[in-house]
Amino acid sequence: MHYQFDFGALLPYWQSFLSGALTTIEITVFSVIIGLGIGIACAIARRSQVAVLRAVVGVYIEAVRNTPFIVQIFFIFFGLSSVGIRMPIIAASVFAMVINVGAYTAEIVRAGMDSIHPSQIEAAQALGLSKFQIYRDIIMLPAIERVYPSLSSQFILMMLATSICSQISAEELTGVANNIQSNTFRSLETYFVVALLYIAITYLMRAAFFGLGLIAFPRRRRLGLGV
Amino acid sequence: MFGAFSTNHLIYLLDGLLWTVILSALAFILGGVAGFFVMLARISRFRWLRRVALVYIQIVQGTPLLIQMFILYFGLGVFGISVPPLAAAGLGMMVYTSSYLGEIWRGAVGSIAKTQFEAAECLGLTRWQALQDVILPQALKIATPPTVGFLVQLVKNTSLASVVGFLELTRAAQVINNSLFQPFLVFGVAAFFYFCVCYPLSAWSRSLERKLNVGRR
Repeated sequence: MHYQFDFGALLPYWQSFLSGALTTIEITVFSVIIGLGIGIACAIARRSQVAVLRAVVGVYIEAVRNTPFIVQIFFIFFGLSSVGIRMPIIAASVFAMVINVGAYTAEIVRAGMDSIHPSQIEAAQALGLSKFQIYRDIIMLPAIERVYPSLSSQFILMMLATSICSQISAEELTGVANNIQSNTFRSLETYFVVALLYIAITYLMRAAFFGLGLIAFPRRRRLGLGV
Repeated sequence: MFGAFSTNHLIYLLDGLLWTVILSALAFILGGVAGFFVMLARISRFRWLRRVALVYIQIVQGTPLLIQMFILYFGLGVFGISVPPLAAAGLGMMVYTSSYLGEIWRGAVGSIAKTQFEAAECLGLTRWQALQDVILPQALKIATPPTVGFLVQLVKNTSLASVVGFLELTRAAQVINNSLFQPFLVFGVAAFFYFCVCYPLSAWSRSLERKLNVGRR
């Protein structure tokens, strides 16, 4: 009944914790960057004039958003290896994450694009801006600026979701914790330490997104709006 | 070599689906009650209570549900309480749900104009009466679409209960896949089942949002 907490037993493993945290950050950074690209592409495709393209992207988005990540990652990792495609675990993790981030980002960015008033686009056309310029300067940038807070909190949620990659034995923070707790039998302490590290990464990401927002959206900064 | 996917497997998966739904309902009811108190604490007049609720929310929302499950599972075990997987999973989901619903509902209450509170106070209503008769009925309307939307997250996240050995849909799929090794088929069917539960909820949440037009109030 009287449980003696012993965090000292974990000290020899501090490097493993750190490398796990770094792997978590790496997976997150890669999947967010690639996923953001895919998400923006899908958001544009969702408004395309080609009905087939709209439908395909719609199915992708709904399929990903309405099934659990753990099932998706099992489907991809075990599925691909069953047909002979063997991927490194980290690559499979990033792949599954990218598919996920892409779908969620697409929905958020689309909401932002829908919030751009058509008269803005008409005004840009009247000024003789090219289609590409309109998409970049009139639709995309202001749209992303508007949904930036939801985007950044979605990316933080995705960082937390990388913990699920431990289930295909990726050596990220949770995976490392699973190893350490089975070596030391100090499961509770291990998971407490890891929980703290996750909270630290969450704050780190919030700070990073805040800074990034200041750089990316100078207009918001000048208007004194929060990012 | 591994045998074929049969009706027995399908029934096993459907049984898993049933437990997924049971766990989701349990988490929603328990988490909803707890979340209501989290919301109350967040809008309390006492600063320390607001702080405590905020710290609680930041801890729960800043750590993965997987880690919370492990902490509960091993943590309760350490104190000599042997926990059946349903209790560990249900408790983990409850904690998780309470923090998210608490924050969603606080947002809904916060979006009600402050003058409503003041008017209620002028009429001599107590704080509790004001909340019960003036604020909550209005907030309920605003809170419904995001709450239904959160239900989708909830159903999906019950899949993480599989890691503490709770036999729900994902665990059932894992068990079958271990014997058949047809991951595309088995996890595909599991994903399809999740989709069948989640998609109607997503669609419902979206139609509620449209009907209330919360975005353009």
